[in-house]
Amino acid sequence: MYELIIAGFGGQGVLFSGKVIAHAGMDIGKNVSWLPSYGPEMRGGTANCQIIISDEPIGSPIVTRPDILIVMNKPSLDKFEDSVKPGGTIIVDSIYIEDKVKRDDVNVVYIPAKQIAADNGDDRLGNMVMTGKLIEIMKEIPLKDIEQSMRDNISKSKADLADFNIKMLESGYNFKG
Amino acid sequence: MAKKFLMKGNEALAEAAMRNGCRFFFGYPITPQTELAAYMAKKMPKIGGTFLQAESEVAAINMVYGAAGAGARVMTSSSSPGISLKSEGISYIAAADLPCVIVNIVRGGPGLGGIQAAQSDYFQATKGGGHGDYRLLVYAPASIQELVDLTAKAFEKADEYRNPAMIMGDGMLGQMMEPVEFSEPIDLSSLPEKEWATTGTEMKRKKNIINSLYLSPEELEYLNIKRYEKYAVIKEKEPMYEEVYTEDAELIVTAYGTVSRVALSAINILREEGYKVGLIRPITLWPFPEKIFDERSKTAKKFLSVELSMGQMVEDVERCTKGRSEVHFFGRSGGMVPGKEDIVEEIKRIY
Amino acid sequence: MEVLFERPHSLSNVVNSYCPGCTHGIIHRLVAEVIDEMGIEGETIGIAPVGCSVTAYNFFEFDIQQAAHGRAPAVATGIKRVHPDKFVFTYQGDGDLAAIGTAEIVHAAARSENITVIFVNNAIYGMTGGQMAPTSLVGQVTQTTPYGRKVENQGYPLRVCELLSTVEGAAYIERVSVDSVQNIKKAKAAIRKAFECQKNKKGFSLVEVLSTCPTNWGKEPDEALEWLRENMMPHYPLGVYCDYTDKD
Repeated sequence: MYELIIAGFGGQGVLFSGKVIAHAGMDIGKNVSWLPSYGPEMRGGTANCQIIISDEPIGSPIVTRPDILIVMNKPSLDKFEDSVKPGGTIIVDSIYIEDKVKRDDVNVVYIPAKQIAADNGDDRLGNMVMTGKLIEIMKEIPLKDIEQSMRDNISKSKADLADFNIKMLESGYNFKG
Repeated sequence: MAKKFLMKGNEALAEAAMRNGCRFFFGYPITPQTELAAYMAKKMPKIGGTFLQAESEVAAINMVYGAAGAGARVMTSSSSPGISLKSEGISYIAAADLPCVIVNIVRGGPGLGGIQAAQSDYFQATKGGGHGDYRLLVYAPASIQELVDLTAKAFEKADEYRNPAMIMGDGMLGQMMEPVEFSEPIDLSSLPEKEWATTGTEMKRKKNIINSLYLSPEELEYLNIKRYEKYAVIKEKEPMYEEVYTEDAELIVTAYGTVSRVALSAINILREEGYKVGLIRPITLWPFPEKIFDERSKTAKKFLSVELSMGQMVEDVERCTKGRSEVHFFGRSGGMVPGKEDIVEEIKRIY
Repeated sequence: MEVLFERPHSLSNVVNSYCPGCTHGIIHRLVAEVIDEMGIEGETIGIAPVGCSVTAYNFFEFDIQQAAHGRAPAVATGIKRVHPDKFVFTYQGDGDLAAIGTAEIVHAAARSENITVIFVNNAIYGMTGGQMAPTSLVGQVTQTTPYGRKVENQGYPLRVCELLSTVEGAAYIERVSVDSVQNIKKAKAAIRKAFECQKNKKGFSLVEVLSTCPTNWGKEPDEALEWLRENMMPHYPLGVYCDYTDKD
């Protein structure tokens, strides 16, 4: 079982990243749940979603001790750093967050996701870079299933960005920090 | 195997309603159930149905009254403060014996409260809400699939008993996504005729009246007694619950809806540690599954009601265990949700 | 034998519950005559909300729903959306329509719900025993304005036709009275026109009928009619307030 939290500002695509992962998990026959934060905090504040991927039926959909945490802004790191399981992983967007993770009992990956996306022409797709890295670390869902899930879930108005999204997923997946 | 969809609870509920013959939806925006109305607004016109955003919750529930009285499968949805506003109309609907489905995606209260998940409308749903002697069928799903399945049941039972049915979820269930399968849409023409509905006499029958006013006390009492005979049948035939590890349990946790899943996670942890702990999860809150509490209270020494409230269902647990077992309560309110660790700790404290 | 006069078929053969001299009976009859003459009894669904006419389900012969106080336009909306080809009308008093049900009537008009509203304005709450209504006149003595309605405390009486005729969705709005034979004939014509408006799917129609309440006004029936003419008519002028029934 994997428990994940993806957190950042509203508008950084953290909910979409979570949905892509959960949907891919469903497609390969896992039990999944996806639980978002909601309400006014979504407007410019912190947004997060909690995803569980499991072979067993899922009890509580609430993730209190994530195996992997993605953080895309400082408030999210402050809020969730302590919750990660010892031995778990924190993936930090090092462009948005200059601080270092304080804990020494977790793995930390610093990845300039916003920069990688910007270098490729659209700095809004840092979420896909981060998602690619998570998939590589988690080793639960093949990259091709994530790519298919992304294509299945991207809104029609952004369909022209699908290939670019996939390129960013692969950049993150292959990133060596 | 049917196709699986990854859907939010609010949207899955709307889809299930339409597949089960709901062609009329009257609502008013309120967090955290808004996606339900938005989904209806998008899809209803495509299947020849009506989505109408009313001027208030009060108007919406009275539109439901009119449409239900006119023979349609009709639904409204809201969240706690909105359900308070609808409660007058719900009382009239119950009094006029009209079938409809009311969704409450509960948020923290009282007053305007908050918007996070809560279960503090248990009393309102099961013991009144509006005025007078009446009951709603109240279904409390714990997963998106169950939400979909119970939506079908709510429409079916509402029609069968000519009684309003409520689906009670919470913000978490409305907002979360899980894989879900749907049954094929029902054939509207296969539904039984509602001979009592106001559809126009066509000069072929006597007039039909939809009414809740009876100025003669003899007549009103008679009708209340008749309605309670119907409720007695419902109490006998319709209670639903799930039991886990209760056979040998010394302590039985009781919880419904999303928090029951947190409780079950806690119980699984404790079972591995050797604690004899079980779960009763009421699926219908009214009729409350009284018999299983009566039965299990003969063997379990303790009950713990875990709720997202200051303690509401616990009163029914006390009532139905008849003083045989110690009944404890553990809850969070205002939108706070206990973690499984919190429940584990509480069970160990009282075990 | 030639029948010269009879009870309209749409009226039930029962004794109604209205006080002697009350004009509800006349208005019920006008509605029933129009429905008979249009031959739509079998296609009509009425709504009677809280007020003196709440038991109208006993007096009309077609399908009818009783409604909560003020909510008749919402109930009518629900029915009409299910049966768009049936005739749906509400029969509402002034407290019901212009106080507790203000939101419902304004928004039914704004949506141009294709329904007909019969609005009975007698400037008082009848059923509860003579309290101030939103249409009670300045200075009018009622149980809850024992010193007369004062604008400093209770504000001004609402003119419903004037108000609703500013709403874009209103197709036909007229104010009539049943104080004289001549006005009763005009009232019937207005009610007929409102139902024709609905038949032709032109949208929201409302006929306000100035009415009397001899019991709660504390007047003899003939004095009440005189009071209506002298006091209500100047404040509530009769006439057509909007008529878009010829438009597409």
